[in-house]
Amino acid sequence: MSLVAESSNRTPLNKMQRAVPPVVTIIEPRSGWRLIDWKELYDYRDLFFFLVWRSVKVRYAQSALGIGWAIIQPVFSMLIFTVVFGELAEVASDNVPYAVFSFVALVPWTYFANALTDATASLVNNSQILSKVYFPRMIMPLAAVVSKLVDFGIAMILVGGLMVWYRIAPNWGVLALPLLVLLMMLTAAGLGMWLTALAVQYRDVNFGMGFGVQLLMYAAPVVYPASLIPEKYQILYAINPMVGVIEGFRAALLGTRPMPWNFFVVGSITAVVMGVTGAMYFRRREKLFADVA
Amino acid sequence: MSFAAITVESLSKAYRIGLKDEMHDTIVGAATSWLRAPFRNFRRLNRLDTFVDCKDSDDIIWALRDVSFEVRDGEVMGIIGRNGAGKSTLLKILSRITDPTRGKATILGRISSLLEVGTGFHPELSGRENIYMNGTILGMTKREIDRKFDEIVDFSGVEKFLDTPIKRYSSGMKVRLAFSVAAHLEPEILVIDEVLAVGDAEFQRKCLGKMQDVAQGGRTVLFVSHQMDAILKLCHRVMTMRGGVNSEPQSPDQAVAAYLDEEVVSSQPLAERERFQSRPRLPVFSKLVINGDDDARQVISTGASLTAEILLSDINDLRSPECAIAIVDKTGKRISLFHTWYHSRLSIGRKGSAWLRCIIPQVPLSPGIYYIDLIVADGREIVERVERACELQVVFSDYLGTGTLPTERQGCVVLPCDWTFMSDAE
Repeated sequence: MSLVAESSNRTPLNKMQRAVPPVVTIIEPRSGWRLIDWKELYDYRDLFFFLVWRSVKVRYAQSALGIGWAIIQPVFSMLIFTVVFGELAEVASDNVPYAVFSFVALVPWTYFANALTDATASLVNNSQILSKVYFPRMIMPLAAVVSKLVDFGIAMILVGGLMVWYRIAPNWGVLALPLLVLLMMLTAAGLGMWLTALAVQYRDVNFGMGFGVQLLMYAAPVVYPASLIPEKYQILYAINPMVGVIEGFRAALLGTRPMPWNFFVVGSITAVVMGVTGAMYFRRREKLFADVA
Repeated sequence: MSFAAITVESLSKAYRIGLKDEMHDTIVGAATSWLRAPFRNFRRLNRLDTFVDCKDSDDIIWALRDVSFEVRDGEVMGIIGRNGAGKSTLLKILSRITDPTRGKATILGRISSLLEVGTGFHPELSGRENIYMNGTILGMTKREIDRKFDEIVDFSGVEKFLDTPIKRYSSGMKVRLAFSVAAHLEPEILVIDEVLAVGDAEFQRKCLGKMQDVAQGGRTVLFVSHQMDAILKLCHRVMTMRGGVNSEPQSPDQAVAAYLDEEVVSSQPLAERERFQSRPRLPVFSKLVINGDDDARQVISTGASLTAEILLSDINDLRSPECAIAIVDKTGKRISLFHTWYHSRLSIGRKGSAWLRCIIPQVPLSPGIYYIDLIVADGREIVERVERACELQVVFSDYLGTGTLPTERQGCVVLPCDWTFMSDAE
């Protein structure tokens, strides 16, 4: 018995014989290590752009202070640190007022902390999307790292204001700032990819994130100068790339010390190693994200 | 002969499922188990993906087993099968969302998949912004969206609210906007999972029309649906999935007829039955009693009365709940709908749960197999739908008082009438 008579004699409509398209996708079980597929990332650049834009736009939606929150966090940390560490504990601040000394460090540090936290949460928060559509997964944490640059930029304007207030002139070291920002982003991205990939499978990472970042702050010269670290441990200390970034910011903007190129080189090596291994680990775990997220 | 756009060779996918946690009856046992929990959890989480030694152990289920088929260029292939038969897993593998455990698929051409409408929609963003967001997530470039933007907006019919955050949209508007973006994807190969079942009846018709255009446009389409009429309308060939194994593709008529002849009403209690829900929530339909009996198979005779009693649970979050039962035929086509509002102007209390009774004084159906679907809506949004909640076998009775009835092929409804002889014509 035919249920619907008119459908029985239908055939595919192929009037024109089409050529075999050039795009070939092969789907099979993946294993082993793979590096970043740059071409694919480039193909999805519009998605990357919109993800960055979405997170910037959505972050302060329906809040009265709006983008003002981008500066409240470092400003209040600065005030508290200035009272506690600057006034009460009298921590050395390389001969500049403690407020500006700590603020110049807090701006890159806040960027790093927030970028890392956002990147780590990016896949878990978007697990709904992961299980419904394919795109290069790496876009998610990378977009988080890039979108935090907006907050960073706004806070940097405040740094400028503070320097005018204290009548501190920057020096030629500012030319190195782009390099320092790159290092800062690479560090956040590298560690971010490690933690994102881990967080999808082990939610412990998300729970540990908040206070982990807080603890990490004391492993970088945010509330104290790097000069407090004994000479023989300085290079060991600089394995943390944020040491080079923060001391570099101070050198360029406050002239507290010559540009710490040795820190920068050591930190860059760590950041590159972390970035490459992070990307590799991420790519290796990537195939599971939709199943376990 | 056109080339094979999709070639699938013995594709298999295994999932590891959670085993029940062991129970302890002593404090010491519970304490040691609690102390060991982090290690156990770590092992468990770590194993979520490892199928290296995937023998058929207790906690592994094969969602797909050795699925092989071919879709030619320009062909519309339908996939039908019950919930859990592996249809969605297959689509997820072909869309590269998840990896197969074994096997291989080769795809020639740019592929887009549509497993959900509105992926990536953000409530804080405006309609315009969400079109771009959703479009790029589905793989379109900004330029493509720019080009089709007006068309998308036209189709959705929400142009007035384009700059309003979509959290202020009604759910119907959201769905229309989402489908409009999806409908304007133009890949060479399109993979679609049951996305036609959205919106109100009019929009569904529009969607189906759009899908027909796509299907006739010579594009290769892989289409999963539970709606047999859509499958029959759109597909060139149809493949049936059963327990992770696929059948040889057949003509739509044959495949659908064979599928519908299988047992379709499951024997599970209603509350545990598979259902469509517009958003994840507890099941609403928890009990259905027909003529005083809660069996999922009922026999009534033509013209007899039918009393349905329904227990709705956890409905306190619905603003204006409406409930309906529908009688559908074997192909899923609705014969009649019985609606709390249209039929009885009944407002359902919102105390959390409610027992409703619907009395249909006469069910004048031709003898045959029918099903009862249950639908609960909140305003225009369908919150939950249980298809084939109950099988209704209508048997012969002398309803017309003539000793005969028209057969099913002569019409499914038997309406009484009166024929009389007036006079001899000239």
